[in-house]
Amino acid sequence: MPDHLSALQLILAGDPALFAIVRLSLGVSLAAVALAAAIGMPIGALLALTRFPGRPALVVLLNAMMGLPPVVVGLALYLLLSRSGPLGAFGILFTPAAMVVAQTVLILPIIAALTRQTIEDLWAEYRDELNAMNVGPIGRMTTLLWDARFSLLTALLAGFGRAAAEVGAVMIVGGNIDGFTRTMTTTVALETSKGNLPLAMGLGAILIVLVLAINAAAWGTRVWSQRLTG
Amino acid sequence: MRAPVTDLPLVLDGVALQAGATILLNDISLTIAPGVPTLIVGPNGSGKTSLLRLCMGLSAPTGGRITWGGRTDPAPTRRAFVFQRPVMLRRAASANVTYALAQAGMPRSQRPSRAAALLQRVGLADLAHRPARLLSGGEQQRLALARALARDPEILLLDEPTANLDPAATRAVEEIVMSAAQSGIKIVMASHDLGQVRRLAGEVIFLARGTLCERAATNDFLDRPSTQEARAFLRGDLVV
Ligand SMILES: Nc1ncnc2c1ncn2[C@@H]1O[C@H](COP(=O)(O)OP(=O)(O)OP(=O)(O)O)[C@@H](O)[C@H]1O
Ligand SMILES: [Mg+2]
Repeated sequence: MPDHLSALQLILAGDPALFAIVRLSLGVSLAAVALAAAIGMPIGALLALTRFPGRPALVVLLNAMMGLPPVVVGLALYLLLSRSGPLGAFGILFTPAAMVVAQTVLILPIIAALTRQTIEDLWAEYRDELNAMNVGPIGRMTTLLWDARFSLLTALLAGFGRAAAEVGAVMIVGGNIDGFTRTMTTTVALETSKGNLPLAMGLGAILIVLVLAINAAAWGTRVWSQRLTG
Repeated sequence: MRAPVTDLPLVLDGVALQAGATILLNDISLTIAPGVPTLIVGPNGSGKTSLLRLCMGLSAPTGGRITWGGRTDPAPTRRAFVFQRPVMLRRAASANVTYALAQAGMPRSQRPSRAAALLQRVGLADLAHRPARLLSGGEQQRLALARALARDPEILLLDEPTANLDPAATRAVEEIVMSAAQSGIKIVMASHDLGQVRRLAGEVIFLARGTLCERAATNDFLDRPSTQEARAFLRGDLVV
């Protein structure tokens, strides 16, 4: 990629390498959000609706894990996934699959913890009415998940934002291989250190726009849902 | 949707309720059978809400026994509850009613027409599609009534359903309650509004400090209260 092109030119010209990077980033983060939602939402809902010994400790742990340092997650997964590691047989280290796993691990606690909080608050509000309507455990869970859907969407967007902006974990388990596992964030880090500022700035700008768009979507969802459901 | 089981008579046998060291209800025995509306009357903090929640099975007594139609299973089958501050599901008004119909076991195909009829009955037909949480307090109270009636109850428990309503809304709620009573639903309602007691009650259960002081026909209670506490309450004195 010639160094003299400006960031704007790269974007406007639809530079194929740049857009491949954006596509990979979005693909990995979306897959991670889908996986984390599929696992994290039921965990959060169960945690909200059940009582068992050790539950408070689990809730605290989950909340603490929202702030997991990405490089530590990357390192742990690296050790697990490397050839000699316990999960080495899968051979996914330095592939996009490993990056999806890393981001899933990172945002699973966010989605599970936010789901737990949301469902628990709504349950406190709905408990008497649902009990008076003789709603069973399954109906309880589906009612709460459905009525909390807009707040849960916000949780998903928060997870996506964290996944897309994260650099440490994907760098370690993806390896930042050109044309294969290079994402927006790892490219920005690499190109900046190489002094290729236009590409770094172009990707940085795209990332910022994305984060803005996500937050606008979250805000819009909130406003829209309030108008819709009160 | 009519379950073969019945929730009546509702029998409380030496029921006590304690929270920590506080005694909320003390040795209450009473039988509620089909008949005229029963109003539970008593000053603030006398235990009306606590008693209604026990009757609904929403909380368990710490002493004594409650049975519904002879069963001890507290799951409400043919009873419904209207809370002092009802909570609306985050859905349209009509969806709140169809939800209750679904929980009561009505087949999906019959729900829309039944919901429309219930909304009509409580005067909310025009607001069917409005998000329930955007309704006014009085409208929410009427929607809560529609939702309770959707359960096709034998017994309807209401906890001061008009405490926060203006006179017109109060009258609207009372009319719905009266028509429910006329259709054969046993009404058990908490109130500390003596005008309302006069308008609605067939009989009165008077509570003070967690104790059932008297149970009497409305006129007898209002004209010739037999306990000190009831006389003080009717005079407007505080019973502490
Ligand atoms: N969980 C609890 N722990 C301790 N005290 C409680 C608890 N719940 C209720 N109380 C107390 O029990 C008493 C009875 O409460 P309850 O809500 O049944 O009264 P009430 O007759 O419905 O009053 P109001 O007319 O104000 O609605 C009150 O003094 C209240 O403060
Ligand atoms: Mg009360």
